[in-house]
Amino acid sequence: MLELLRKNTFRHGVHPPEMKDDTADLAIRQFPFAPVLIVPLSQHLGKPAKPVVREGQEVIRGQTIAEPDGFMSVAMHAPASGIVRRITLAPSITGTKVESIFIEPYPASTQEIDDGEPCGLDATPDEIIAAIQNAGIVGLGGAAFPTHVKLKPPEGKHLETLFINGVECEPYLTTDYRVMLEQTEDVFTGIRYLLRATGTAEAIIAVEANKEDAAERFRSMCPDDLPVTVRVSPVKYPQGAEKMIFSALLGREVPSGGLPADINVICCNVATTAEIGRLLPRGRGIQERVITIGGPGVQKKGNYRIPIGTPVRFAIEQCAPVDDISRVFMGGPMMGPTVSNLDIPITKGTSGITAFTTAETGGSTGHKKVYPCIHCARCVEACPVFLNPSQLGILAKNEEYEQMAESWHLMDCFECGACAYVCPSHIPLVQYFRMAKKMVRKLSAA
Amino acid sequence: MARLSKYLEIGSSPHVTDGTSTDVIMLNVFLALLPVTAFAIYAFGSGAALVIMVATVSCVLTEHWLCRWTGKPSTIGDWSVAITGLLYGLILPPDLPLWMVFVGGVFGVAVAKFLFGGLGMNAFNAALVGRAFLQAAFPQPMTHWQMPFAEGRFEHIPTSVLAMPFWEPTYDAVTTATPLALMKFEGQFAAGRELMAGLTSGSVGETCGVLILLGGIYLVARKMMNWRIPASIFLTVAAMTWAFQLYDPVTYPGPVFMLFSGGLMLGAVFMATDMVASPITNAGCWLYGMLIGLLVVVIRFWGGMPEGVMYAILLANAVSPHIDRLIQPRVFGTGRGSR
Repeated sequence: MLELLRKNTFRHGVHPPEMKDDTADLAIRQFPFAPVLIVPLSQHLGKPAKPVVREGQEVIRGQTIAEPDGFMSVAMHAPASGIVRRITLAPSITGTKVESIFIEPYPASTQEIDDGEPCGLDATPDEIIAAIQNAGIVGLGGAAFPTHVKLKPPEGKHLETLFINGVECEPYLTTDYRVMLEQTEDVFTGIRYLLRATGTAEAIIAVEANKEDAAERFRSMCPDDLPVTVRVSPVKYPQGAEKMIFSALLGREVPSGGLPADINVICCNVATTAEIGRLLPRGRGIQERVITIGGPGVQKKGNYRIPIGTPVRFAIEQCAPVDDISRVFMGGPMMGPTVSNLDIPITKGTSGITAFTTAETGGSTGHKKVYPCIHCARCVEACPVFLNPSQLGILAKNEEYEQMAESWHLMDCFECGACAYVCPSHIPLVQYFRMAKKMVRKLSAA
Repeated sequence: MARLSKYLEIGSSPHVTDGTSTDVIMLNVFLALLPVTAFAIYAFGSGAALVIMVATVSCVLTEHWLCRWTGKPSTIGDWSVAITGLLYGLILPPDLPLWMVFVGGVFGVAVAKFLFGGLGMNAFNAALVGRAFLQAAFPQPMTHWQMPFAEGRFEHIPTSVLAMPFWEPTYDAVTTATPLALMKFEGQFAAGRELMAGLTSGSVGETCGVLILLGGIYLVARKMMNWRIPASIFLTVAAMTWAFQLYDPVTYPGPVFMLFSGGLMLGAVFMATDMVASPITNAGCWLYGMLIGLLVVVIRFWGGMPEGVMYAILLANAVSPHIDRLIQPRVFGTGRGSR
């Protein structure tokens, strides 16, 4: 009840330990090139890109190596100067294999970047949107949704407010925080591009209270002609989900199954915004991104600007893994998918690599005992979209997938993990729901 | 550069939890009942101690045996059946023959818990079902109330407690009427202070309201109990009683008497809050508590029996799934929340 009266946050949610102290104060450093970089043609939601290079061809860093295939697709750029060794299937984080371009960087190359056609702030909205697509920009927060697609609202909708998401509510991750501190100017430039492309009148930068210094930096450095306000929310997970930001700062909910455009808003991750501000004036594409490599499983934790396509194995080995390392996942511990194959590459949607030891995971024999659901309602109190995970879990166990979707709003679940985080019976709720959603999609496609 | 050559494990996100565990919650409920148990043994002596012990052991053994018999791993380690057993012991008369205690415990766990599918599936509170079975099977011993703080209660075991199975028990302990029976049949109201401190007669563990409340506060503070259920019961009972007392102070007792007499305190704090058999939403819990409160007042004032907490909770248990069907959280982006 009190929570409703308190401003700037959403209802429900959980408070996992933040664990950001190890890397928050470490400046972004350039990561070395791996012997082979693997650039998947599908690192985003939508259609894979079309390769425009051949096996054996030399490429220059920054050169376009794949072009967008239609509107729901973005370009890919060479992360390093070198030779295209193969274009073939490579394992990905989802477990499926995807067509990828293997590039062998030239050792001792100066690694200068090949700049393309710049896109100025005086360009038309359509030109900016095309430039963002050709720069290969996708949501860097983790979803990897092509940014240019959401800049164009569906017919009949108009956008009023641009939200810049600097909440970064996942434990361990500090990439957005470092970008906000070190690329503040880039963020402002990016906001100018986005305001112009979307026709929105104002921008709101959302951060959590544990990043007060970033908020202060935005406030003090904001140019007078830029309509930007900074809003600070109390720390709570999953505040970084865009629906939660709108709910926290506007008190409005995106309709179930709808888009942010339905309530006339758009949300863009702060690192994505910074990349737009950094890349567009130089006509460059994304060939690297900032990630946090952290967790108790590695000793050289840090925030790194890492080439896209760096294999996870190389990244971990560079950061001095401890002997006891037992689990590696992309992103943070609440939503991060587990790495089942160390040869998968870091993609545009990877916000971090976190490594756990057996002390955190309990090892292969230490799995927590699963008890039956006791209806304690902790999950109901935690779910940010007000589902009934207890009931959904029972239905999932009985494989009643259609009922889950039809009567219990399964498809509104965005797998934030709050329910499984609080479940005293250690029921793998998120795993159940992922499986159920897959089954529902399969059943409705059939 | 360190080579990474070991096998890694995989698992679904989230990779962290807040560290709670069902067995820890259950253990804490058990611990919260211990002060009440200690007071019960102090007030009623060796007979009560035996009743509590046999009640707990009968429930735990029943679950253990049934699990073994059906070829499943024993589930007594989750502490839930230990709570059932202890609670069951606490709601029995202190001089009940031990063989009856045993039979009721077996019935409660076997029928109300195991047949329904074990932990998480029991639609009714198993301890109350065990007691309801005894109430129906042995109405006389179940309404026989030993005087609390009787002399020699520790040295002397009441003869009725050790009665042979299926033999008429003989009573030698000093007996007295419960406050609720006095209200119902004599029109007398016990003083609130005596009720709160547990100086009256009644079931083994239901007399000392203050200790029960303390146990409840502990569980609420540790977020292991939904405070809305007891709060709703208390408010409903207090409000209804207050209204009736205002109307006719001679016939109807006051709210303090109603709250602290009989099994209301123990029932509201430890029985109605059984997570499995209560609604899952907070709004549902308020409604569920109101229903229990209403039923308690109706049975006590106008029913044939002096006490009605047990039946009130069992009836509300039966309604609980329907409350859940009626009241569900409003999904984000639907109803009043969207636009």
